Amino acid sequence: MDIHEYQAKDILSSFGVNVPIGALAYSPEQAAYRAHEMGGACWVVKAQIHAGGRGKVGGVRLCHSDQDVYKATDALLGKKMVTHQTGPTGKGVYRIYVEAAVEKTREIYLGLVLDRSSQRVMILASPHGGKEIEEISERHPETIIRATVDPALGLRDFQTREIAFALGVDPNLMPQMMRTLKGCYRAFRDLDATMVEINPLAITADNRLVALDAKMSFDDNALFRHPQISELRDKSQEDTRETLASDRGISYIGLSGNIGCLVNGGGLAMATMDCIQSHGGQAANFLDIGGGATAERAAKALRLLIADPKVEAILINIFAGINRCDWVAEGLVQALSAQKCNLPIVVRFAGTNVQDGWKVLAKSGLPFLRANTLVEAASRVVLALRNDQALLSKKAQG
Amino acid sequence: MSILIDEDTRVIVQGITGKMAQLHSKAMLDYGTKVVAGVVPGKGGTTLFGLPIFDTMKEAQAQTQATTSLVMVPPPFAADSIMEAADSAISYCICITDGIPAQDMIQVKRFMMRYPKEKRMMLTGPNCAGTISPGKSMVGIMPAAIYQPGPVGIVGRSGTLGYECAALLAEMGLGVSTSVGIGGDPINGSSFRDILEHFERDSQTEVICMIGEIGGPQEAEAADFIKKSLTKPVVAYIAGLTAPKGRTMGHAGAIISAFGDSAVEKVEALAASGVFVADQVSDIGNLVKEIFSKRSTLGS
Repeated sequence: MDIHEYQAKDILSSFGVNVPIGALAYSPEQAAYRAHEMGGACWVVKAQIHAGGRGKVGGVRLCHSDQDVYKATDALLGKKMVTHQTGPTGKGVYRIYVEAAVEKTREIYLGLVLDRSSQRVMILASPHGGKEIEEISERHPETIIRATVDPALGLRDFQTREIAFALGVDPNLMPQMMRTLKGCYRAFRDLDATMVEINPLAITADNRLVALDAKMSFDDNALFRHPQISELRDKSQEDTRETLASDRGISYIGLSGNIGCLVNGGGLAMATMDCIQSHGGQAANFLDIGGGATAERAAKALRLLIADPKVEAILINIFAGINRCDWVAEGLVQALSAQKCNLPIVVRFAGTNVQDGWKVLAKSGLPFLRANTLVEAASRVVLALRNDQALLSKKAQG
Repeated sequence: MSILIDEDTRVIVQGITGKMAQLHSKAMLDYGTKVVAGVVPGKGGTTLFGLPIFDTMKEAQAQTQATTSLVMVPPPFAADSIMEAADSAISYCICITDGIPAQDMIQVKRFMMRYPKEKRMMLTGPNCAGTISPGKSMVGIMPAAIYQPGPVGIVGRSGTLGYECAALLAEMGLGVSTSVGIGGDPINGSSFRDILEHFERDSQTEVICMIGEIGGPQEAEAADFIKKSLTKPVVAYIAGLTAPKGRTMGHAGAIISAFGDSAVEKVEALAASGVFVADQVSDIGNLVKEIFSKRSTLGS
């Protein structure tokens, strides 16, 4: 789960990381008032979206008066912001963060990630702050400093010293550097983060370390023990189809095609998408109903696909192990008997209780198209879609 | 021969009284797996399917001499159960549980380091379908009927994709020596490489099927190992050619976040190591079949 910059700053600040003074606004009036309230002569107005790259598309604006703050906020609020991380649909701007501008002399990159090679938390730092880590690792890979943290011992002092010296930070800043690094690590560990990024971490004209931007992501699997983090979820930043799915306990990701997929298992779901593409089709989504899926879960997932206007045909691929084909079949029938659907639906069943699954579908009398293998299912669904489209264009002509 | 489990493997099921654990414990017993006990704290002294239930792993292991455990404990408590197994003279643990926090798994991996290598428990999973040596033993949740005994070793992250692979092999009349699920989580017990080493030493296994997906360094690490040290032919499939960057695809570990994470990059690394890479999952069966027919014409 991702959170906004202002929320990440709030959290990191409570772990001892310096951040600029700032306040949240939902309207231009409020933003101007916030600027006036915090004082100073220069502010930064920042669009709050769950994606990087805002700076390059005008999402971060330097302002020198209350009126400037008002205008900048007015220009940003309610807009869709498209960056290289948002995808073509972009993300809506509904919150503005107004911050006191900081005079900086240097910018450092600092990131903490779950490193899958060492299977530990890894700290990444580079003197080339302000650029994205992808760009740094491409252009200045030799400048990236890495340190992994022993989970039993935590981040040691010598590791923070090594990082600070390698960055060439003034020794006078060492205590602040230690507090910042250890604070980030403690926040990461205590709150089950999967990513903490401060970019840039600035050294100011008055020799302080300040986090000018901050990003945090959290482990969805650990949210059960951090209700205060779950509350920070912002549904306005999610694909509405994904919000619906996740509220129903289904793992779902919206894609750009028109063939809706309903699969059990993440790997098989990806293989199904790949197979559809190799047959000339495009998946509308990734959807994994999960291991112990009940009839209800299957029904909810199918309703989700039917409700999606982008979906023009459906492929259901179930290889039952922990669940059973007949349970899934009952769910499919349940969903379709409550709701009319004219889309072609291709079903492929295999594994536990496959014959019982087919029986349930046959008994319903609903027009499911049956397939025994994934390849057969993919080619049938692509063909069904083409036939449908041919039929439509014939109708249009005739 | 087979790897990791065989007809003599004695198994304890941790969390055996759960609804799903009961269903699959029954299926394992029916298959002929030597399930010898269950462990559920607070339910010691009771029985299920005629099996004794113990409060602790140490007690269960001492009473039954089991060497293997299957963890089917809910996510908040699963990491602790794995550590309990590691501390109880269990040599092989399979964790089925999906949804364990990544930092809990970091702690599990750190905890296991306290044992010298020869006494260290092997872990596969979490978030996997288990391990099966067809005709001998099944420790997991897979539909056993699709697995026939034979010369092909399977190792994969995804459960259902592993079933798909076994079914495709069965269609070709090919059976399986052992199929091992290493799980879809970012921090897991054993890597592809660990399992490939076992298959290399196994006399029953002649060809290995490796089923990877986007995310993480383990496929690339396996490619390196295959090139340097593996003598047996490997057929691989990597799921997620059409997956978008930066999104977690169902499995917590299936996310393209770094250089080398994408399916294309993994396919390239494997192909460069002499692995036969299937473009589609459905090609796996043909590729394995080809290797065997080439061998028989060569008479080796």
